[in-house]
Parts: sequence; C-alpha cells; structure tokens
Amino acid sequence: MSSADAIDWTNPAKKQTPPEPGPLYEKRKAVHPQRIDGNFRRFKWLVMLITLGIYYITPWIRWDRGPYAPNQAVLVDLANRRFYMFGIEIWPHEFYYVAGMLIMAGIGLFLVTSAVGRAWCGYSCPQTVWTDLFQHVDRFVDGDRNARMRLDAAPWGPSKIAKRGFKWTIYLFISFWTGGAWIMYFADAPTLTVEFWTGQAATVAYATVAILTATTFILGGFLREQVCIYMCPWPRIQTAMLDEKSLIVTYKDWRGERRGSVKKAAKNPEEYGDCIDCNQCVAVCPTGIDIREGAQIGCITCALCIDACDRVMDEIGRPRGLIDYATLEDCKNEAAGGTPKPILTTLLRPRTLIYLGIWGAIGAAMLFSLGVRSHTELTVEQDRNPPFMLMSNGDVRNAYTVRLRNMESRPRDMEITMSGLAGGLMWSDDMAREKAARSLTRTVSADATRIVRIYVVAPAGTASQPFTFTVTSLDEQREQDTTEARFEAPEGTP
Amino acid sequence: MANKDGSPKGGASKRIDEPTGTEFVGHEWDGIEELDTPMPRWWVWSYYACIVWAIGYVILYPAWPLLEKGTEGVLGWTSRGQFAAEMQTEADRRAPIVAALASIPIEKLPENAANMREAISGGAAAFKVNCVQCHGAGAAGSKGYPNLNDDDWIWGGDLKAIETTLVHGIRWGGSRETRLSYMPAFGRDGMLTQAQISDVTKHVMSLGENGAANQKGAEIYAAQCASCHGPSGTGDRKLGAPNLADAIWLYGGSRAEIEQQIYAPAHGVMPGWKDRLDPVTITMLAAYIHSRGGGEDFVDRTAKEGAAAIEARPETGAISDEQR
Repeated sequence: MSSADAIDWTNPAKKQTPPEPGPLYEKRKAVHPQRIDGNFRRFKWLVMLITLGIYYITPWIRWDRGPYAPNQAVLVDLANRRFYMFGIEIWPHEFYYVAGMLIMAGIGLFLVTSAVGRAWCGYSCPQTVWTDLFQHVDRFVDGDRNARMRLDAAPWGPSKIAKRGFKWTIYLFISFWTGGAWIMYFADAPTLTVEFWTGQAATVAYATVAILTATTFILGGFLREQVCIYMCPWPRIQTAMLDEKSLIVTYKDWRGERRGSVKKAAKNPEEYGDCIDCNQCVAVCPTGIDIREGAQIGCITCALCIDACDRVMDEIGRPRGLIDYATLEDCKNEAAGGTPKPILTTLLRPRTLIYLGIWGAIGAAMLFSLGVRSHTELTVEQDRNPPFMLMSNGDVRNAYTVRLRNMESRPRDMEITMSGLAGGLMWSDDMAREKAARSLTRTVSADATRIVRIYVVAPAGTASQPFTFTVTSLDEQREQDTTEARFEAPEGTP
Repeated sequence: MANKDGSPKGGASKRIDEPTGTEFVGHEWDGIEELDTPMPRWWVWSYYACIVWAIGYVILYPAWPLLEKGTEGVLGWTSRGQFAAEMQTEADRRAPIVAALASIPIEKLPENAANMREAISGGAAAFKVNCVQCHGAGAAGSKGYPNLNDDDWIWGGDLKAIETTLVHGIRWGGSRETRLSYMPAFGRDGMLTQAQISDVTKHVMSLGENGAANQKGAEIYAAQCASCHGPSGTGDRKLGAPNLADAIWLYGGSRAEIEQQIYAPAHGVMPGWKDRLDPVTITMLAAYIHSRGGGEDFVDRTAKEGAAAIEARPETGAISDEQR
C-alpha cells in the first residue's frame, strides 16, 4: 500500500493529502487593539497611573535620616550593602526580610490567581503596563485601529516615515525614562542625575540605562503580546493555578450561540443567540485573541472585551454580561439554567483563605520582627588556630573577633561586658594588656560595624567553660545583645 | 517535498491537523500528539543573532585550540594580560598606603590608627605567604618555632625589636647583624657531668616555681648559667637568652626536654628577610605580629580611633561597613 493511501487514525475516513511545505517561521499577526471605554478600561487606567507613578516617582521621595545616612526614602545601596525603605533599614545579614517579601509576592500571586485568574497579567504586569502605554502612543500618533491598519498596509512614503519616526522617538523617550528611573533606586537620585548628564556616573549606570532602554523599546514597543504568549513562563504556571472556582473572563456560549446579525436574530429569535458576531471583543483585545474560542493561554484577563461586549449589548438592547467574569462552575450552572454563586462566596473559599492566611502570617511575622528587632548586635567568632594560648606567667588566653553592630543612624558608645569565667579579664588589640578589665567601651560609627579583636585571659588552672559576652548601647535605649562564647584551656592544666 | 513514488516525505507519519492546518511531528504519547508549530519570527531572528554574536566572538577572542597554541583573536585579549592589568590597578590603589608606611618610622606607626590598620591587614597577607611554613597559619608556632601570639619575647616584643628580627633573622648567615645566641653544649662537650645536668635542671624548673629548689643545682646555675640567663633566670634579651622563670618553653618544659637542652642545645634559625621582602612588607609583618596579642610598648589607640572613624564619615553616601 502506498503511503498516499495511509490511514489517518484520527480520521480514518479521510484521505490523506501530502502536507504543504510550511514556512520556517510563523508570520506575526499584527494586533491593533481598538480604543474602548468602560469600567475595566477605567480600572486599567487607574492601575497604570498608580504603578507607573510609583515606579517613576519613588526614588525622588526624600526621607530625613540625619547626617549619617542617605536621605532617600527608597534606596538599594549596593556599595554599602544597605537597603533603605522609608523608616526601615535592612542590613545584609537581615536579608531574610527581602526573602520574606519575595515569598509574600509569590503567595500574593497565587492568592490573586486562584481568586480572580490572571489579573496580574491583565493589569499590573510591567509588560502589560508598558505595552498599554505604547499602544496609547500608537493611537496618539497613528490614530485608532482602522487608521493604524491602513498605515501598516500603506507603502513607505514621507508621511509614513514621519509618523513612524515620531512614534519611535516617543517610544525611545519613554524607554529611556524607564531605564533612567531604574538606576535612581541605587544611588542618590538628584546627585546621580547630575552625574549622569555630566558624564561622571559609573559605567554600570550607563550600561543599565542602555540595556533597560533597549529592552523597554523592544519588548514594549514591538514584541508586546509575543512576550505574553511565547516568552513568559508565568502564563503556564498561572494556568495551572486556576481551578473551576476561579473568576476568569468567559464567553457564555450557551447564551451567545448561534451567532448572527441583529436582523437575522430578530427574524429568528429561536435560532440565534445574543452574539451578533460584531467582532468588537476581538478588535479591542491587546493580545489579538478571540475570547469566544474559550479560555486560552493568550488571554491576559484584562477584560477589555467585557467592556466592548457590554457596550454592544446596551446598543442592541440585550442584557450585559455575554462576556463576563465568571467561574467555570458558574458557567455550567448557568448553562443548565441555574444562577451563579454570590461573588463573595466565590472569592472566599478554602483555597483563597489558605493563601490569604499564609500571606498574612508571613507579613505579620515580618512586621512584628521589624518592630522588635534590636539596633545593637554582637557576634563573636573565636580563634581556632590556636584555640588557646599559654602566657609567660602561666595564664591561659583565648582570642575572639567581636563584631559590634550599631544599626542606628548616629554614632553610639557600646560597652562589651563579660560574665562568667571567674578571674577572667579582657583587653583588645588596640589597648595595652595592663588595662585589661571585665568590660570595655568602644564607639561605633553611625550605621556601621566595628570589629574588635578581644583577648580573654584567665588564671592558670581555669578549665574550659562557657561564658557570655553582652553588648549594651550606652544611650537612653540601653539596647542589649548577648552571645554565648566558650573559653578553651589546655587539658590537665595544673 | 515528496518521495519518488509520490508519497509524502517522511512516510505515513506526516499528517496534517485539520483544525489548525499544522503538521504533526509524528510522535504519539498515550494518544497525545504534538503539532509541528512554526517558530515565531523573533525567535528565529534571535537564533541568527546568536550565531552572528558567536562568529564575532570567535574573531575577537581566543577561541580555537590548534596544535601548538590556540587562535589569539584580533583583540589580543589574554587572561594573563587581564590578570596583570588587575594587579597593576591594585598596586596603583595601594601606592599611597605603601608610600605612607615607607615614610613613617616603625615606632610611630601606632600613632595613626588608619596606617596601623592597613599595616596589620597587609602583614596578615604577607604572613600567610612567607611565615606560616614555620610559625603556622595561626602564628602559634610549634616546638622549636616560637609562638608569635604569646608575650614571651626572646629578643624583645616591641615593634622595633620585631622588625629587627625580621630584617636580620636569627643565626642567619646572610646578615652580619643577625641575632646570634649560642648556648654551650654542656653535656656533649664535657663541661658538666650527667649528675650536674640533672641537678641544674631541677633548679631551672624551680625557677618557674615548678618544683623544689635544689642547692647543688643552684650553685652550678650561678656559676654556669646566670651570666646569660640572669641570677633569677629571667633571661637577657640583649643576648637572646630565654627567660627560664616563665611558663613558656620553646623546646618543651618537661624535665627530659630541659636536660636535653642543657646537654646539647638545639638552636633555631630564622632567615633574615631584608633581601627577600621590601621594607614596607617587613614593617607590615612586624605590625601584624605585634598585634597578635603579645606585643609590647603598646600605644593606646582606643580613644583616638573612635573619634577618627566618626570624623572620617562623609555626610551622605559611602558608609564604611567594616572598620577595625
């Protein structure tokens, strides 16, 4: 049997035809979303305004921390390993706060996704926000959907060149502004701005701006929905996080089908549904999908199709909600003639409550720990080589590297005291042994760590034993931190 | 795209998915089949861009291994060259520190906390390269190799004395000013009998209050040993005669070990470093050893350092994370 007569097992009745040699790549279908107004669009405007506002403005907020710390409200000070966020200052050894914030961000996404689907994708993902912004630039320069499609198809001429040049210049300006805002989080913003324009900023600043300008320009200006559909791993994860109780944008086919024009539907109301096949939902979609084909990976749940469809339903005098936020469960119910569950019952169910609980617990734990954390810390590291040392008069000496942390934005005196170890005395490498005592005081600069090498000596015959170091800030707060240390002595000391 | 007999290339497995018009890849997993969806254009272009990048890289940088040596690349980059450049950058950075340390007499070094700090950290690095072989990584030494952390100094423990030892060494043939101290081999050379050595050992042990006094031993000690080690056994740093009344014994403090040292003493040798290390490195080594906890003639830096650290702090911006 020749292979031309091969049986197609998915459709044995069909006769197989040789495949056409396809192109190496798929040509992108240009997406020209149409302007739309509605509740979701207005919400999207609001989210865009807030997120872009936070992004561009935050580095310029000042926060007075006195003469010893930078006065920028939000600052990631990589050079000095500090993270400032308004009244909070994170040291490198407290990185678990950052880890906690990342975990909260992750669980927050789970929470939002399980409750209202891919709302993150639709409203607050940076790719969405900047793509939306660039689409508004398109509308501003080229006009709305039809004008843009005409311009796309038009041959290159002076007008098209001028328009494209103008549009790309605006893209570039936005992209540059975006890249420029990013570096402001890592240095004093006004200083860095001056340095940047006078050519004195660090190479990494220029490189960062260049890279972010390029990525914003390319991803926001040109790749757009391609990022969401092909590049981003998140849709796959989010899809897995949805269940039949998550609110997603849904076309109610049992109400809309069979599609037909208003005239046909008027003549034959039995045969036709509410969908008049006007394609408005497709025209406004920023990823260029047809929601009527069902839930799909290209849908970012921005709900602009709901705005478009509701408008059409109003015009033709049918009830709103042909395309609507609905759960798959409700859809089944509705199709069978039932009524959807109240929205609160949908949102507050065990799964979302568990996410909310974990999210809130981590947040509360971090807030609590931030509130009670001490700004005075002590760490002690014992010399292991040698573990102990015999002095010429027979005394036994141990050495410790002590780190005093002053996490306040002012210099403070700190007293290190030893308790336990009878007869023990201590001195440090910056003082003479004759002055050895049970405590010593050092000034620690504002927001700094001071390393003091401390020697502890005990009379001959002292056995190995634990003792404690305590650091006390000598100010009205009198913050304390205590660390167990161990004194090592030779075995069988007489 | 067909075989000679007109069948589709690849045989029967080439089929088209009707709804999408896309070819199947030809595999099947538990009834699930994959479509041979074309790649998006940007992906293909990224792929080409990577190829262009790779070609550029191969031209610019060393890439192909050949029989004798690899291709060199038109930029002439080498990891050795990069290393040399980094070393030069570091040397330039350190130049002012080195110049400052070179201009300060070592006795005055502790007066400036910052210089002392630089010297100690530089010395710590130099110690790891030059000194750990004998004195150990923690400078704790071992039998016959002095412990540099303790406060027992045969030749003196202030900065100057330590520097002199470092420069000229101990019993080092390479320097005429080397530290020389020789103890006679009282037993081997027949100066004392075995019984006398035993007696004097008992006396020596009693000096450090480690045993009862011995009259016969004390007489021998006064006649033979006190000229160098002092009447009460406290030693003499000018001669490099160790203190016998303290708790530290370079060659061991047991009776047999002390007897052995009187019978035929062992003498350690330390190289002088003046021809092998530059003066600044030696200064830094001296500062480091002095700071190990046994240094003498300490200049108290506590008061000054706190003030200096605060003054050195700029209004905003750079904050020193770790200060010694």
